[in-house]
Amino acid sequence: MKLDGKVPPGSLGEKWTKYRSTMPLVAPNNKRRIDIIMVGTGLAGASAAATLGELGYNVKCFTFHDSPRRAHSIAAQGGINAAKNYQNDGDSVYRLFYDTIKGGDYRSRESNVHRLAEASRNIIDQAVAQGVPLAREYGGLLANRSFGGVQVSRTFYARGQTGQQLLLGAYQALSRQISLGNVEMYNRHEMLDLVLVEEKDSNGKPVKKARGIIARNLLTGELERHAAHCVVLGTGGYANLFYLSTNAMNCNVSAAWRTVRRGALMANPCFTQIHPTCIPVSGDYQSKLTLMSESLRNDGRVWVPKKEEDAKAIREGKKTALDIPEEDRDYYLERRYPAFGNLVPRDVASRAAKTACDQGLGVAPTGLAVYLDFEAAFERYGKSKAHATGLHNPSMETIIDLGRKVVEEKYGNLFEMYEKITGENPYIMPMKIYPAVHYTMGGIWVDYNLETNIPGLFVTGEANFSDHGANRLGASALMQGLADGYFVLPYTIGDFLSREIRTPKIDPKQPAFEQAENDVRDRINKLLNIKGDHSVESFHRRLGKIMWEYCGMSRNEQGLLTARQLLRELKDEFYRNVFVPGTNEEYNPELEKALRVADFMELGEVMILDALNREESCGGHFREEYQTEDGEALRRDDEFAYVAAWEYNGWDEEPKLHKEHLVFENVELKTRSYK
Amino acid sequence: MSLTGLFLISFLVIHLIGNLQLLIDDEGEKFNLYAEFMTTNPVIKTVSYLLYFSILLHAVQGWMIWRKNRAARGQGYAVKVTRGAKGNSPKVAKAMGWIGTVVFIFLLLHLYQFWFQMKLDVIEYVEYNGESVKDLYSLVSVTYEDITFVIIYVLSMAVIAFHLLHGFQSAFQTLGLNHKKYTPFIKTVGTLYAILIPLGFAIIPLYMYFLL
Amino acid sequence: MKLTLKIWRQGGKYKGEFVSYVLDKVSEHMSFLEMLDVLNEELVEKKETPVSFEHDCREGICGSCDMVINGQPHGPMRGTTTCQLHMRHYNDGDTIVIEPFRAKAFPVIRDLVVDRSSFDRIIQAGGFISVDTGQAQDANNTPIEKTTASEAFDAATCIGCGACVAACPNASAMLFTSAKVAHLSMMPQGKVEAKRRVQAMVKQMDEEGFGMCSNVTACEAECPKEISVENIAKMNREYISAVFGSETSV
Repeated sequence: MKLDGKVPPGSLGEKWTKYRSTMPLVAPNNKRRIDIIMVGTGLAGASAAATLGELGYNVKCFTFHDSPRRAHSIAAQGGINAAKNYQNDGDSVYRLFYDTIKGGDYRSRESNVHRLAEASRNIIDQAVAQGVPLAREYGGLLANRSFGGVQVSRTFYARGQTGQQLLLGAYQALSRQISLGNVEMYNRHEMLDLVLVEEKDSNGKPVKKARGIIARNLLTGELERHAAHCVVLGTGGYANLFYLSTNAMNCNVSAAWRTVRRGALMANPCFTQIHPTCIPVSGDYQSKLTLMSESLRNDGRVWVPKKEEDAKAIREGKKTALDIPEEDRDYYLERRYPAFGNLVPRDVASRAAKTACDQGLGVAPTGLAVYLDFEAAFERYGKSKAHATGLHNPSMETIIDLGRKVVEEKYGNLFEMYEKITGENPYIMPMKIYPAVHYTMGGIWVDYNLETNIPGLFVTGEANFSDHGANRLGASALMQGLADGYFVLPYTIGDFLSREIRTPKIDPKQPAFEQAENDVRDRINKLLNIKGDHSVESFHRRLGKIMWEYCGMSRNEQGLLTARQLLRELKDEFYRNVFVPGTNEEYNPELEKALRVADFMELGEVMILDALNREESCGGHFREEYQTEDGEALRRDDEFAYVAAWEYNGWDEEPKLHKEHLVFENVELKTRSYK
Repeated sequence: MSLTGLFLISFLVIHLIGNLQLLIDDEGEKFNLYAEFMTTNPVIKTVSYLLYFSILLHAVQGWMIWRKNRAARGQGYAVKVTRGAKGNSPKVAKAMGWIGTVVFIFLLLHLYQFWFQMKLDVIEYVEYNGESVKDLYSLVSVTYEDITFVIIYVLSMAVIAFHLLHGFQSAFQTLGLNHKKYTPFIKTVGTLYAILIPLGFAIIPLYMYFLL
Repeated sequence: MKLTLKIWRQGGKYKGEFVSYVLDKVSEHMSFLEMLDVLNEELVEKKETPVSFEHDCREGICGSCDMVINGQPHGPMRGTTTCQLHMRHYNDGDTIVIEPFRAKAFPVIRDLVVDRSSFDRIIQAGGFISVDTGQAQDANNTPIEKTTASEAFDAATCIGCGACVAACPNASAMLFTSAKVAHLSMMPQGKVEAKRRVQAMVKQMDEEGFGMCSNVTACEAECPKEISVENIAKMNREYISAVFGSETSV
């Protein structure tokens, strides 16, 4: 199979505009006759469904949640990037493009990333028009802050709840289309299979197109067939493969994975993002990890004690952070990366935290935590506030107090959340943080149109692999989800649909649908009939441990081979000994989980193989064998500047690798340095 | 609810000012002349019909809301704790239905004892400057010689105080008159009102029982 | 610590009744939902049906978790969702009664899971600004006062969990509806259709069978995002002026 990215010709800056202006369109009267299935209602899904509805298509939209508003985009905290250059600090579309390519360690497609940077500006306009209450300055204009990996201030935000506000904007736009009858909403429905229908193309050659899905009504267990001219996925990432992640409990890969089982390709699955600032794990019962926004690194300083004995005393509870004098603290990010300091990209910050903890300098009882300290920010802001309010010679206490109030305004909800979870007051004690799995850059392979190798199947947002390369910069996920949904897919889908205007309504009674429905039923019955002894949860937890241990923040060949072995053993045991209570014909969250964990295990194997195959270190993928003398990632552009897209056909067949070579015409491949 | 409530609230002030004339040491002359004026002036009479209507409407509305709200809950909780927002007591607000019912029963008694007697014309007359007017004052003072009625009236005033405590600021909230700068002021006025007005009314039977 | 849980079970073999469970070895660092996870895992290992409850993000933002704990939606802590409630607020030997949100407009689906789609329908009635993708002007063309934006944000932080309805003695959805009405009407972009919006949303809210507001303020007290009842006053004002002061009707 030859992977064609279908990148349009022309210079980087004009490609998208030109393509958009010349691509075939679907006339309004024809749009009314075309059905589109949208799976997922996060930023990408909700915005795409709303926009497609506005354009006049008939949209059927699916979510497994009780309401489209609950998608996990809602939890994004820090902000959204846009090349508006409102701060007059030298930002531009090109700079955002360049930062994203560089931040992604040169493993993404130039054309896609440039398009993303272009669309970023429209997103902010659109959000404001929808009434999203983004943060403002006293003059009434939009405020910005900085995020990791960049030297301009281009992140728009709504306190620590930017994702929520943007998602609600998209949800409201979607709600409007539902009320107008352009979108039919299916809540509590989970996509369990993709339906391919074999047709003849214009040359009379047989071709299989995505024409529908099998969805399970989560309240009744009924398997429903839904047919449409094309299927769009916006189903998010697969970080929950690691069990403990910052993703919501129900985030899963199943919808996307089912398309892989029908022939789509899984691209770069080993590119997983480990977020450096999460609340550390506290016990075995723990169900998920909580992120503390990266924006905190704007003002927080990361450190560990210089002396091992101090770290030990802290771990044993004999000392606290406040007992360590300034000269005994190692602000290791500032020391190692003076140019970017605490604002190095996520992968770099995460690995540095791991290195510090591996050296025995960790500060939590588990040994796995570093400090994020706001003392300096309290002082800085306090002084400025005192100055602004005309206080002369204020005492240090007053300054710190004033500073705390400023910090509270900026990050109040994050500090509160931290205190709720840990029981410690972060205004007094520095926060303890540790990296955790957060986002997955890998995903379903798509071309420039966001179409997969299966005609008629499109994938948007985190679920595709397209824009972030090997590492995503902070505040870029919201940007990508909304760019795909509002400004890219609604155009590019026309390329496929303009050739479908003569296709009549798709009939869900045809054999392909029946076959797919039966396949799903067999999978469900198989799981229900195992009647073993252990809960699904226990298998998921064990799966997560294997993956985090061997395929987490750093990886090596031996470990990955071991992981594959352990994973296969776990899979065998799962299919022998899992217990799924209840029946299919009822509300059964355990059954939902079992189907998802089964898919996670298959993906796990592909992830391990991808990590084995990629014999280099880049972005979120760190192979211990490939590092520089001072422990930095060693990229190997000559051999690995490609997208690894995997074909998977089940446990008994070796997954097959397809490569899309990345061509860089506009940026020079350099070693990423933040020093 | 809020409009009738506010109307009744404003009525209470007039009612209290008039009734405080009972405390004047003139054998009830001013009070009786005032009562005569209030029952014969055509403008006042029109307003008084509006008042009766408001009382009934307020009660009926209250009852309808109570029914609708009970239906909205459906099956109740086994355990329920109700907290109010900071600076608000949910207890009175929750009990407004019951409190209102007590107030309504009190009103029936109150109207029977004074207003009804006057209307039925079973009341004695007294002459001032050759003019014969109904001697409501004597009726009141006889009533308040009975300690039972004094207690009933004073307790009822306490209940009305609670009713007003919630009702006053609630009316403003319902009409959308909530403002960061003015709401604290409204709340203070409401609290003072809810204490002072019923207190004023309660003083009358106490004064007449103990001091006259 | 050791806890006794009395949990409402409904659906499957349960007709709608409280079932008691005793749970040993609850750690004070667990979240409330993690404590229920432990119970469920024990139930599954005993081949019993686990307790159904809704949950997802577990960081207090998705609004999925819905349960009334000892008489209070989301439990005893102010400004906290169930998923962020931690067991350090309970003592060894405590009995905890857990019930679903109770309202006619929130029918129970199973155990602690209720159907809150009535909220979606209220938003669909008018909780949006009618702007199509691509119609927007530059974001900085309309300045908005910082405090206005901030107040609108405070209203917009609603997570749609339904605790306001569950807490209200009248099962009223005024706080939910008013938070959206207030948010959108405070933004200049939302003012254009404010008159239509408030009437449409209030109409839908009434049709769903929610109760009426009697200013108890339990909604604000239990709201995990501490959304103020000031929004209800704002909506009332908006509603009165829309119904009596404008020609727009729904």
